[in-house]
Amino acid sequence: MTRWGLRGVALVYLAFLLMMPVGVILWRTFQHGFGPVTDALTTSQAVHAFRVTAIVAGFAVVLNTVFGVAAAILLVRHRFPGRRILDAVIDLPIAVSPVVVGLALILVYGRNTSVGGWLGDRGFPIIFSIPGMVIATTFVALPLVVRAVAPVLEEIGEEQEQAAATLGASTFQRFTRITLPSIRGALAYGVVLALARSLGEYGAVAVVSGRVVGQTQTVTLFVQERYQNFDQTAAYAAATALVVVAVVSLIISRFLRPRGGER
Amino acid sequence: MSPPPSSEIAAAAPPRWRTARRLPFGTTLTGGLLLIYLSVIVMIPLGAVISRSTDSGWSGFWDQVTAPTAWAALKLTVVASVIVALINLVMGTLIAWVLVRDKVPGRQVFDTVIDLPFALPTIVAGLTLLLLYGPSSPLGLDLAYARTGVVVALLFVTLPFVVRTVQPVLLELDRDMEEAAASLGASPLTVFRRIILPTIAPAMAAGTTLAFARALSEFGSTVLISGNIPLKTQVAAVNIFGQIESDNTTGAAAISTVLLVVALVVLVLLNVIQRWVARRD
Amino acid sequence: MSILVQNVSKSFGDFAALHDVSVEIPSGSLTALLGPSGGGKSTLLRVIAGLEQPDTGRVEIEGVEATALPPQRRGVGFVFQHYAAFKHMTVERNVAFGLSIRHKPKEEIRQRVQELLELVHLEQFAHRYPSQLSGGQRQRMALARALAVEPKVLLLDEPFGALDAQVRKELRAWLRRLHDQVHVTTVFVTHDQEEAMEVADEIVVMAGGEVKQIGSPDELYERPASEFVMSFLGPVTKIGGELVRPHDVEILTAGTAGARPALISRVTRLGFEVRVDLEVEGEPAWAQVTRGTADHLGLKSGDRVWVLPHKVRTSVAASVGETPPAS
Repeated sequence: MTRWGLRGVALVYLAFLLMMPVGVILWRTFQHGFGPVTDALTTSQAVHAFRVTAIVAGFAVVLNTVFGVAAAILLVRHRFPGRRILDAVIDLPIAVSPVVVGLALILVYGRNTSVGGWLGDRGFPIIFSIPGMVIATTFVALPLVVRAVAPVLEEIGEEQEQAAATLGASTFQRFTRITLPSIRGALAYGVVLALARSLGEYGAVAVVSGRVVGQTQTVTLFVQERYQNFDQTAAYAAATALVVVAVVSLIISRFLRPRGGER
Repeated sequence: MSPPPSSEIAAAAPPRWRTARRLPFGTTLTGGLLLIYLSVIVMIPLGAVISRSTDSGWSGFWDQVTAPTAWAALKLTVVASVIVALINLVMGTLIAWVLVRDKVPGRQVFDTVIDLPFALPTIVAGLTLLLLYGPSSPLGLDLAYARTGVVVALLFVTLPFVVRTVQPVLLELDRDMEEAAASLGASPLTVFRRIILPTIAPAMAAGTTLAFARALSEFGSTVLISGNIPLKTQVAAVNIFGQIESDNTTGAAAISTVLLVVALVVLVLLNVIQRWVARRD
Repeated sequence: MSILVQNVSKSFGDFAALHDVSVEIPSGSLTALLGPSGGGKSTLLRVIAGLEQPDTGRVEIEGVEATALPPQRRGVGFVFQHYAAFKHMTVERNVAFGLSIRHKPKEEIRQRVQELLELVHLEQFAHRYPSQLSGGQRQRMALARALAVEPKVLLLDEPFGALDAQVRKELRAWLRRLHDQVHVTTVFVTHDQEEAMEVADEIVVMAGGEVKQIGSPDELYERPASEFVMSFLGPVTKIGGELVRPHDVEILTAGTAGARPALISRVTRLGFEVRVDLEVEGEPAWAQVTRGTADHLGLKSGDRVWVLPHKVRTSVAASVGETPPAS
């Protein structure tokens, strides 16, 4: 009896908070069939927004993958002064509001600052253009690859790498032949999480992009802008596209998630 | 084969034998690059926020924070985050329990969708909630432009935290302990209170803390459903956004600093909890 | 000399793992580094392999200065206690690893791997993954992998430590036979004196980060340089304040010169041998006798007898570190 009660409460909560909202947006989107949806997603503005999102997320994921693996190896395999500080700084983005991230970048790289002005004068503006959006997105997705890779690195230990060293493998060979294959599952998991987070970033990008339609507008900004301009068809269609991306990455990450206990 | 006196060896040996290889060049290089990377992306920008917040001195900082709209936004954010954290504490634990102990049909599906709030863009989350609980709600529940709407949005984005921290602990929980307690005459409620709760309490606390920190900083999901009415439904992040838009970066920085400090305190708290757990294991 | 270690010291923080250690290991020998855990023997092995950098001192391998060489350039084979199997590679590819990173021709690699798998009796497991092997099989794979690159020296760090007693015994005998076949200079770390005595030509006893004695198993057993070595290498008991091996204690029913009166407190029959617990001058001691002797003398608890210790070590031989190798 208690069990059924608990189960009921949990499921009703999930239904109202999670299932039904997602269901409603799918229903609203396809209310009038597929035609309007495909039309709304193939306007030049929409296509451009998808392209901007792909570029920004792509750069951010590459940066965070390279950084994430290097940082994880450094944190797990080496002892050096400042290690604990590095460890703490990596988690910082979890607790910082995306809007604050945006503000922080404007204060350092904005056109009125010395750094931003200098770069802008040389034809490389950061704020209100793609580089700023990449930095903002990188910031918010920073911990994901590190935190996915580090525990696995810890678990596999150093002995396989040492064994490879005694067999004649150079540092690079040890990395490509032993370390990388050992962490590939966790790395893929981290990359999927980072990609999903990067594709969906809104707050930080909203601040640093300047939200210029057709220039610095990402898909998430497109959703918000279309909705506020009463073009609900386009807003719902793009939102649904993002829902699909999120669900697909969830399913992929579910298969990639490193499971404990298999030795 | 008596070894030669060590003075002879020292004389014969090239100096590199005595200076042990400490930090290899590769490590130093990687460490340096990481430091630059983190400085450019995280540390310098955050430092700039804190330094800008006191541009017009402490009194200026205080004036910005206690301006009516800013103060109201901060108050709403903290109160809503506390409420959201407490609801998560109860519901998250309950959901974790149902997922682990109760063999609900379709458990796998539920287990996967729990993470949806992590994967779904916040603006999309806000839009879906507005469709279900907005003016055109198919349920007839209109929470838009009200504080309840803000709470619902925050509940959505923080859902996975407690579930995902409590779930693994419940999975590892030793059933023998419960059975032993039951064999000693403990009722199911007593078993839960005396055996299970003390074991999962640290995980519950950690998850709740994370949910609280996330709720404090949330922006995207509240934008559409709250209507951003100053003094009423505007949360701190939206207030900061508005101040940036109207070029008051000092004000934005002041409120950001308050949020950063609260988040930092919460994270330190979390760290303390985790140490406490580690010591118990 | 195949391996030369001179005046090596190594500390981890405040802990001095090695203190001014010097060891020479002759070519083609099978040497055991024996000692209690934390005695520095694994650290010494890792210093030889280049997996740890000594704070001071030097290492030479086959006449080549190796102190500053990274492990991959020392030409050593290293076998880890927990196998360090490459989990994402088959047995075949594990064994081939050292050859394939040296870009040897495919056919040569295939042949060499085949030979080695036959040597370690794993030919039918070539396409399995390490997770599908038993502990003993994984360790044999690790050994084949280390031998594949024809190392100048083979280093084994507690190679049988993670295996159960039966497999351990088998692998010990097998390692001895393998060494007689392959003849590569081999050093293995163990904390088990029986293992060291059974397998090694020469034993280096280490404790507290220092070398306590070097010698053949017989020498160490017969002429231990210190009380520590004596008690570490086999059972000892104390009679009249002097150390003696329990099987060197003779039990007599009548007093003779040098014999001391004793009271039997307990007689335990352990198959062929019999353990006799005694009280000698108020102090507990014990003797090990054969079943035949015990029956002949009719020993039982409560009996009053005489004990005569042979080969007593009042002061142990003074040849610390000077003992020549057995060969």
